Amino acid sequence: MNKDFIQRIGFLLLFVCIITTLFFLGAIIYFIFVKGISIISWEFLTQSPHNAMTEGGIAPVILGTLYLTLGAMIFAVPLGLACAIYLCEYSPKSVVVNIIRVSINNLSGVPSVVFGLFGLAVFVNFFNFKVSILSGSLTLGILALPLIISASQEALIAVPHSIREASLSLGASRWQTIKRIVLPTALPGILTGIILSVGRVAGETAPILFTAAAFYKKGYPKSIFSEVMALPYHIYALMTEGTHPDKQKAIAYGCSLVLLFLVLFISGIAIYMRQRQRSYYG
Amino acid sequence: MAFASLFFLVGIMLVLFKEGTPIFKEVGFFQFIFGTKWYPTYEPPEFGILPLILASLWVTFGAILVCFPLGIGSALYLNEIAGTSQRKFLKPLIELLASIPSVVYGFFGLVVVAPFLQRLFNLPTGLTALTASLILGIMATPAVCSIAEDALSYVPRSFREASFALGANRWQTLTKVVIPAAGSGLSTAVILGMGRAIGETMTVLMVSGGAAVMPKTFLEPVRPMTSAIAAEMGEAPMGGSHYHALFAIALILFLITFIFNIIAEVISRRFRIKLGLSG
Repeated sequence: MNKDFIQRIGFLLLFVCIITTLFFLGAIIYFIFVKGISIISWEFLTQSPHNAMTEGGIAPVILGTLYLTLGAMIFAVPLGLACAIYLCEYSPKSVVVNIIRVSINNLSGVPSVVFGLFGLAVFVNFFNFKVSILSGSLTLGILALPLIISASQEALIAVPHSIREASLSLGASRWQTIKRIVLPTALPGILTGIILSVGRVAGETAPILFTAAAFYKKGYPKSIFSEVMALPYHIYALMTEGTHPDKQKAIAYGCSLVLLFLVLFISGIAIYMRQRQRSYYG
Repeated sequence: MAFASLFFLVGIMLVLFKEGTPIFKEVGFFQFIFGTKWYPTYEPPEFGILPLILASLWVTFGAILVCFPLGIGSALYLNEIAGTSQRKFLKPLIELLASIPSVVYGFFGLVVVAPFLQRLFNLPTGLTALTASLILGIMATPAVCSIAEDALSYVPRSFREASFALGANRWQTLTKVVIPAAGSGLSTAVILGMGRAIGETMTVLMVSGGAAVMPKTFLEPVRPMTSAIAAEMGEAPMGGSHYHALFAIALILFLITFIFNIIAEVISRRFRIKLGLSG
């Protein structure tokens, strides 16, 4: 057989692969958009659910997701950033750094339901925070931690050595150099990582299953110790619980569209930023 | 603070051990792992998780059959065939698709794929191991593609140029030079994809059907480990045998993904050394 003929067949196969991938993923987005768009209205986005989850809107549900995500970030961002700064700027290359690096990789591979169990055993039961926004936020925060650490680390490593050395040679201390020179330079990269992890955390369901989520809760959450409704869990609950499957399904379409839009929008911003940074640095 | 990640990793392990091991004392480690009956709420209860482990393996294996060709094929297309402008558009698009939440995939599987498969094969229920495999496979594809594309882009230009100089065409270069050179990087992508698939919870919880029996065919409902934990933890009384059994399942799941991650780590380090990149 002619080698150019084989090449043509091979390239066609690869083309089919990527088209199939894009087709399936496009189909999911298209389907949820088409079915969900008719549900979305101003009322749907701003009202509370009523009549046993068959009517009304999802405003408290959206708010719940925002609280949980915000809480997770308040916990994970300072911790993750501190960890990344230590690893890049202070620690000598050593066994310890290697162990920490491996632990970061492994933590990011832990199944999300295992984070949920950890949250249940430690935050809900041991610290007695109960099923609450606090427990859920902390659990999600641990899940976001490795993402934030590795993104920040990457951004810090990308800062050229010459800038650091210039600052040190002017008599600045290491901490001054980090605060005034390295962090501002790495900031866009760090922000990108944070935004990406926001997108991930907002869509996670399994970790909040036993630590924060409630199927139905009247009104808006009052404190960080109250249970909360959240978009991803709401979709799951609407499809598996309750007594009016058909009406609930319609609302689930609406929720899916809102969640999909939210996550794709947030991740889209982050990926766009990263793309621009990459072309900026070459 | 730098030890936060290590602290939490060890913390998770300790909690799983503490809450999970009591069940081994109660029913015995081997009876727990190899027992074929999972009736945690019966009187007396039976705690054998072999059906759950097998279900997880089946579903993961099925998912790999979907995401391996699609993910690696797409990565090869992106890296070798797509022009610069096409790649600039497609690579971020694939990354964006990787961020779709798993519960949305589960929802899609529940309302579209399951009814379709039910009609296609004339089944009593569309919620089967096959449905879970398909959805999981599609879900893992963007991630596998992204990691594989990174691995391919590490293959030095000089490798390709040497091959072209010997008169090989692009396909020959791809199959005989680029893929072998990037081989360990590509296998890292697949192993990480497997780790994700076996630990994925919401999609399998929603579409696998949930029957805790020994899986016989792909067209029957199954109950993978993650879905057992997620579905039953709400009802398991705290501190009881069922509670401990679910933590023990999580412990086994954690160890499996831990091993996957370590293997991926070792392979990718060797890969970098082989291509002369810094470890």
